[in-house]
Amino acid sequence: MKKYKLIDHTADIGCEIYGSTRKELFANSVVALLELMLGRKTISRTNENPALETKSLTVEGDDLEDLFINFLREVLYLFNGEGWVVVDCHPLQVTNKHITAQLTGEPYISTKHQVKMEIKAVTYHGLSVKKTKTGWVGRVIYDI
Amino acid sequence: MISEIKMERLDENRLLIPKSGGMKVPGIIYANENIQHLLKSDESARQVVNVAQLPGIVNYSLAMPDVHWGYGFPIGGVAAFDLSTGVVSPGGVGYDINCGCRLMATKLTLFDVQNKIQDLTLALYDRIPTGVGSTGHVKLAGKDQKKVLIEGANWAIVNGFGSPEDLETTEDGGVMAGADPEKVSARALERGKQQLGTLGAGNHFLEVEFVQEIFDEKVAAAFGLQKDQIVVMIHTGSRGLGYQICDDYLAAMVKHAHETGIALPDRQLACAYLNSPRGRDYLAAMACGANYAWANRQVLMHLTREVFEKTLHLTPRQLGMRLVYDVCHNIAKIEEFNIKGVNKKLCVHRKGATRAFPAGHESVPVRYRGVGQPVLIPGNMGTGSYVMVGQPRAMEETFGSACHGAGRVMSRAQAVRSSRGRSISREMADRGVVVMAGSKGTLGEEMPEAYKKLEDVVQVMHESGIAKKVAKLTALACIKG
Repeated sequence: MKKYKLIDHTADIGCEIYGSTRKELFANSVVALLELMLGRKTISRTNENPALETKSLTVEGDDLEDLFINFLREVLYLFNGEGWVVVDCHPLQVTNKHITAQLTGEPYISTKHQVKMEIKAVTYHGLSVKKTKTGWVGRVIYDI
Repeated sequence: MISEIKMERLDENRLLIPKSGGMKVPGIIYANENIQHLLKSDESARQVVNVAQLPGIVNYSLAMPDVHWGYGFPIGGVAAFDLSTGVVSPGGVGYDINCGCRLMATKLTLFDVQNKIQDLTLALYDRIPTGVGSTGHVKLAGKDQKKVLIEGANWAIVNGFGSPEDLETTEDGGVMAGADPEKVSARALERGKQQLGTLGAGNHFLEVEFVQEIFDEKVAAAFGLQKDQIVVMIHTGSRGLGYQICDDYLAAMVKHAHETGIALPDRQLACAYLNSPRGRDYLAAMACGANYAWANRQVLMHLTREVFEKTLHLTPRQLGMRLVYDVCHNIAKIEEFNIKGVNKKLCVHRKGATRAFPAGHESVPVRYRGVGQPVLIPGNMGTGSYVMVGQPRAMEETFGSACHGAGRVMSRAQAVRSSRGRSISREMADRGVVVMAGSKGTLGEEMPEAYKKLEDVVQVMHESGIAKKVAKLTALACIKG
């Protein structure tokens, strides 16, 4: 199953993210966000860098869409605010209002990570999370 | 899609969207036929309609001719709200609070810098931090940072980054009143600590340009511009600090949207009443972002001045770099306008729109008051920029606002796709523009064809009597993130 695809938007960039389960949707949303910002090949893989750090992330929301955007806002802040690149995301528990995820990551190093695009923010414009016959689809537009 | 939205042509340069559905006022889009045609492929007219539904909106929901699809408000959107019944919307200001332009003039002419542009560009690129998360030469400790947030450009002047006369030609003297650092989150403060004096990424740039054409000799003379003169345009804003302020307040307003009882056609339009504690808190935090941006552009001007002097071996007097003007184009401001014969204070949102006050207005710097406020319209790489001057009609029709740039026509993804296999920097070099950018992606996204024709956009403003053409600037060099 494809993890995500880009949607055209004049000023900004949109992303449609897929997952057979809610957990997978959230995990894939992190892959999409990181691959938009950084060159995929410059992000370490979990099996090649023993020095990777882990963090636990807990986020709340009023409903599933609110949870989805709040989660992405937190992951984006880890990069923009703390200079931390998420390499892998394992959602441990997801409800419509709560997610706990185990994140693996590494500090951002300008000579190692190739920055493709600055994402300023995750917007509420056109935000949606829907259940389909085959799983879940989330749509989000980033301000760049 | 636009086909669902009924529009009537008012005149050659304006389209009216009549009031319907939940709209509290009609919409007006400044567009000639060429621009109207481009509107068909995006959602910006729908966004003009959405903004028209917000409480307390006065007269019209407006869009300038560089209008394009944003999130929530259209980019190029202008809307004014009544202070007692209206709202403030962080999305209507944008993430990059007080993103704006600063134009500096020099005593140099095209002749003086010939054969030195390459060196100058390299030196500028070397000295001026660009790119995602770039950090600056100024490291702010807690106390100093709060001063920046309260004092704006003046903090930079006091700390040696420029001279007091720079403030005279900065919009609002480079400081917005009412800033309260206590209303700014720890996260936003943290992000702001290391980014003062940085350009950033995306469409932010520093461009060395020359005055190619003068349209109005009298006004150009008042602005100190003459043909073949070397000038510098800087386009940037409040960096991560501003993005975080917008993000924090937007999320809070979405979360508490039910408290206001305002029906939102798009969550990105989340807002708070201007007279509510949350609305007031946002304005106090937004002012901090605005002040940080002014200090940022002031520091960048200073760095630019140093690079010019060092690279071209000039004394400050020989270079004579001075500020023509500094405008913000992502902001909400309390300003006074005549509404149906009564002077009223309103909160004007300019989301990708420039203030364009006419001659005689008390907010126009004294030295320009006889001609009007300079309006800076940066184009895309290669086509250069325009300097315009605010006209009386702007006060009657657009809450003293004009366009802010060319406006995208191509999505960034489309632009990158269609630039694949091309060397944009080589193409720019062929046009005589030296470009240095951190990433190839940025150049592709920002290639000239991705934007509307600047001439069309500027002409609409000129013919509508909102802002008058003064000078055309052509790019020689550009540095980007």
